Amino acid sequence: MGAAPLLQYLLAGIATGGVYAVVAIGFSIVYNATGIINFAQGEFLMLGGMIAISLARILPLPVAILAAVLVTGLAGVAVQLVFLSWLKSPTVLRMIIITIGLSILLREAGLHIWDEKVHALPFFSGDETSSIALLGARVSPQVLWVLGLSALMVVSLGLFFRSTLLGRAMRACASNPTAARLCGIRASTVVTLSFFLAAAMGALAGCAISPLTQTRYDMGSSLAVKGFTCAVLGGLGSIPAAVTAGLVVGILEAASVSVLPLAYKDVVAMGILLVILFVRPQGLFTRRRAR
Amino acid sequence: MKAYLTRYLPILGLAILVAALQAALSALKLEYYMTQLTMAAYYTLVSLGLCLLMGYAGQVSMGHGGFFAIGGYGAAVIAGLGIASWLSIPAAVLIAALVAAAVGVPALRLRGHYLAMATLAFGIIVLRVLLGTKLFGEADGLSDIPGFRLFAGIAISGKRALRVQNYYIAWTLVVVGMLLAVNLVNSRVGRALRAIHGNEDAAAAMGVPVARYKLATFVLSAVYAALGGACLAHFNGGIGPGEASVLKSVRYVALVAAGGMGSLWGTLAVSTVLTFLSLRGAFGLYDDAVFGAILVVIMLFAPDGILRLLGIRR
Repeated sequence: MGAAPLLQYLLAGIATGGVYAVVAIGFSIVYNATGIINFAQGEFLMLGGMIAISLARILPLPVAILAAVLVTGLAGVAVQLVFLSWLKSPTVLRMIIITIGLSILLREAGLHIWDEKVHALPFFSGDETSSIALLGARVSPQVLWVLGLSALMVVSLGLFFRSTLLGRAMRACASNPTAARLCGIRASTVVTLSFFLAAAMGALAGCAISPLTQTRYDMGSSLAVKGFTCAVLGGLGSIPAAVTAGLVVGILEAASVSVLPLAYKDVVAMGILLVILFVRPQGLFTRRRAR
Repeated sequence: MKAYLTRYLPILGLAILVAALQAALSALKLEYYMTQLTMAAYYTLVSLGLCLLMGYAGQVSMGHGGFFAIGGYGAAVIAGLGIASWLSIPAAVLIAALVAAAVGVPALRLRGHYLAMATLAFGIIVLRVLLGTKLFGEADGLSDIPGFRLFAGIAISGKRALRVQNYYIAWTLVVVGMLLAVNLVNSRVGRALRAIHGNEDAAAAMGVPVARYKLATFVLSAVYAALGGACLAHFNGGIGPGEASVLKSVRYVALVAAGGMGSLWGTLAVSTVLTFLSLRGAFGLYDDAVFGAILVVIMLFAPDGILRLLGIRR
């Protein structure tokens, strides 16, 4: 294989990897605030994409996307407030089943509000035929949009956690909820905010990939499993680790297409998840023992 | 003596109910209901196996649709080979058991979310392989699967003339599966499984071979699922990749949860009724949504299941 096609696979892999990283970060944010793995995380990408597609018919594209991100974020908050906030120390099994049920309800809502067809946002710049020459490879500008937006989200989230009072409060709650509460941090606010962030980020990622991979009501579950793969690979916590893991999975998946039939693409990501879970469930970068 | 009565009388009751229902349906000329009741029986086998795994051993599986599909597709492919026709169901179930053992050894070391995701990934892998492989008919699935001959004149088959006997074959399997499960949960092993559910470390400290029991239950539940899948494939004469979908796997979890997690009788009742209604098309376009709603509502308001909510203890 020449350098140019290789670069093309690499860029495609990095773009989808960026999306997986965003899903992974969504898992991590909610997990750190609540100890819950929100199985409905993938559905937020679908919701964000679908809402933006509908709004883009009447609003300019950037406004439609912004509105979709806000609405999906609020949907995440609603999910938390209505279904999860009032449960007192539920078992893990119970939380798994509730969030799985919610993911089904959200995707069925997607099916009945929209339909079973694939939809897509218009390309953010240019159209499906336009491409940019990059070191001999030709890539769609949308790939760069996905990359740029993922990077923007990751960096601003990092800044938010590091330098704002609210972000620090969230980190304090993650590392020691009792001590955080003693310092006057309202834990319930942190939990609600974490759902907002996870859903809103998912929505933006869902909009960014929509022109490339299309949006369909049932896209959530495989995205969730892949995002979870990256979250576990990264050890469920650190943002840079999740990004690294996302890129690794994205590139491996893109590379697999050149060796295996396209239909087996998902099998690669799932296989990685199983191997990681079986061999190193604590992730590649941490020492904590996972349960 | 009393303990045996309370254990086996309900099973006798179930057998009588099965026969009475057949008599009633035949008398009322509603025999076509028996087709869906037969299918519901095979799906209920999956729920019963999953109930042992989730309700008693406390291990979640979101990939049991995968084992059902392995059973069904295995039987279909083997039956299509044209070698010994009696081989299809036993061989398919054996394959599913081996796969379950291979997946279970590493997967069952995981707990909680990790186990859930690992089994979910297993189910998606099965689905993708079915969708991407010519041998399994890709998106169309397999059809024209011949009936499975048990004795002269008795076969698992969807032929209309065989409707009543197939109803009895399916429900005999459920009764036997129930008998086995009830005996298991009331044995030393069953108590050990409940101990594992309560606290794995404590169970291990009491001398329970935790890993072995978890694996055995996982394989047993996969056998229930694969048996259901293999029989249903012969009964329907076809099987599609949708059987391995995430929604199908989650549906079994919903049925067990609604039945009350650790309640075989609750699972049997809820699974039969809801699957029958679903097969009759009672939920229309909202079929999957109904099961999602059941999961959420039951787990939020009645984590002990519907029967417990109604005041029935079992």
